[in-house]
Amino acid sequence: MTDWTRATAAQMADALAAGEVTSVELTQAHLDRIAAVDGDVHAFLHINAEEALATAAAVDADRAAGAELPALAGVPIGIKDVVVTEGMPTTAGSRILEGWIPPYDATVTRKVREARMPILGKTNMDEFAMGSSTEHSAYGPTHNPWDLERIPGGSGGGSAAALAAFEAPLTIGSDTGGSIRQPASVTGTVGVKPTYGGVSRFGAIALASSLDQLGPCGRTVLDTALLHEVIGGHDPHDATSLPEPVPGAVAAAREGASGDLSGVTVGVIHELGGEGYQDGVKQRFEESLDLMREAGAKVVEVHCPSFQYALAAYYLILPAEASSNLAKFDGVRFGLRVERETVERTMAATRAQGFGDEVKRRIILGTYALSAGYYDAYYGSAQKVRTLIQRDFAAAFAQADVLVSPTVPTTPFKLGERIDDPLAMYLNDVATIPANLAGIPGMSLPSGLAPEDNLPTGFQILAPAHEDARLYRVGAALEALLTAKWGGPLSSLAPELEVAR
Amino acid sequence: MSSLDRADVARLAALARIDMTDDDLDRLSGQINAIVDAVATLDGVAGPDIPTTSHPIPMANVVREDVVEPSLTPAQALAAAPQAEDDRFRVPQILGEEA
Repeated sequence: MTDWTRATAAQMADALAAGEVTSVELTQAHLDRIAAVDGDVHAFLHINAEEALATAAAVDADRAAGAELPALAGVPIGIKDVVVTEGMPTTAGSRILEGWIPPYDATVTRKVREARMPILGKTNMDEFAMGSSTEHSAYGPTHNPWDLERIPGGSGGGSAAALAAFEAPLTIGSDTGGSIRQPASVTGTVGVKPTYGGVSRFGAIALASSLDQLGPCGRTVLDTALLHEVIGGHDPHDATSLPEPVPGAVAAAREGASGDLSGVTVGVIHELGGEGYQDGVKQRFEESLDLMREAGAKVVEVHCPSFQYALAAYYLILPAEASSNLAKFDGVRFGLRVERETVERTMAATRAQGFGDEVKRRIILGTYALSAGYYDAYYGSAQKVRTLIQRDFAAAFAQADVLVSPTVPTTPFKLGERIDDPLAMYLNDVATIPANLAGIPGMSLPSGLAPEDNLPTGFQILAPAHEDARLYRVGAALEALLTAKWGGPLSSLAPELEVAR
Repeated sequence: MSSLDRADVARLAALARIDMTDDDLDRLSGQINAIVDAVATLDGVAGPDIPTTSHPIPMANVVREDVVEPSLTPAQALAAAPQAEDDRFRVPQILGEEA
């Protein structure tokens, strides 16, 4: 019997259309897999079994009746818990929203429902997406399926681990400084941060509004392309939503799958490599570049001198915006309330009990960065650096079609290793943050396993704003070249998880 | 660039409406100060002629058609409230004794 959880989303969609499997069978197979392994992995905060099976049964009935169905109809999906889902708990990994049932769907949730995809559940994350390991989730960390003692990345560690553990073929993530790409890198999966505004943020619980972007996560480039086209596009409910149509992600991924890169100039970002990058990460990155050269790509080096300030700028802009966005959690309209004599004391007691340490650190930092007398020195300087970073990217893209780097300087570290050292934790995002500051799209795909620890390494591809299709063309080509070299997808090399009885 | 001491962190937490115990301040003050020291490297990096960027993809005057759309009913909007009464959110007294 076929184990459908090992198939790609594209294969599932084809098999559903050909009548080789039903959506109920697919959905049940994933629910069974979740029941078997999620006790150890903890990728999910909420399992939505009943509704998922009802959606699947309705898709099967419509298909049997000969109805026209969307491309991914019947293919199950997990949604990061930062995205609101009507009738399903949404916590963003925080105690302050424990038990909250949103009264409306995010635009992305609505689009997933309209695509007739059974929603398996909500995936775990660092509280309000603040973190790189899921250790800041109020509900306990997610474990990396490659080594359960290691981090699955963050903030979207749940969405990435669910893919690597074959608990879901597709998931939704959110990327403010790397929260889609960094987890993809450390779990051997694929994640895409679209151009800022390419996917509606309506109903995504805001962390830093000028940086946040929702995007697709999968095990293959084509699968993320298929999901990108489901969730992308203009939304009048989000004033920052791009008015242009969704980029031709699927066509670009299919074109790239030939493995031909003739005519493509690839720019290696000098500043995102070298010191601080693990040997095995660098080795797999260089090997990927060699494959791209053999496939016809021209590889050049580009310089982005302002990137040395990107991390500092990010950790001023993000806390400033977050401190404002999180002011709505005040114990008045939804979520936790710790009752005190006055409403002001109620707010302070509620936020003290409801927020974890990382959220408190960043709110306090943001309050400081925005305070009178410090605004120009901190927030103003950071916004100027943001301009410099955009200019660096513009100059680099004048020399290359896409820019590349390792996604993360290291393979996944052990749970607990950096929990008391926020700065060490922040360094994990050093290569992913520049794209958010500039608003450009980025992808991470697996580049192999580091020889020294046999853990996944990631390859990052960046494209100019609005040119998301280039990620899929180049990403699919590199994936095809690597898969041919490995003799199969990297995900098939992951160790078998122990199955609970 | 100035550093933050324990009293500064206590004052900022009060401004941000987060109660802090002595233990919280002991644990968080040093960490926050280390982060401030790390981000303070930015001062003076960009000259006065460099414009600020507040938004990655500039857009202005975004409007949509002024049409009535379905919205939440009062019952839906209040469903998750810690306390509600007469179609309103109910809260403790707004002003303290000293006000």
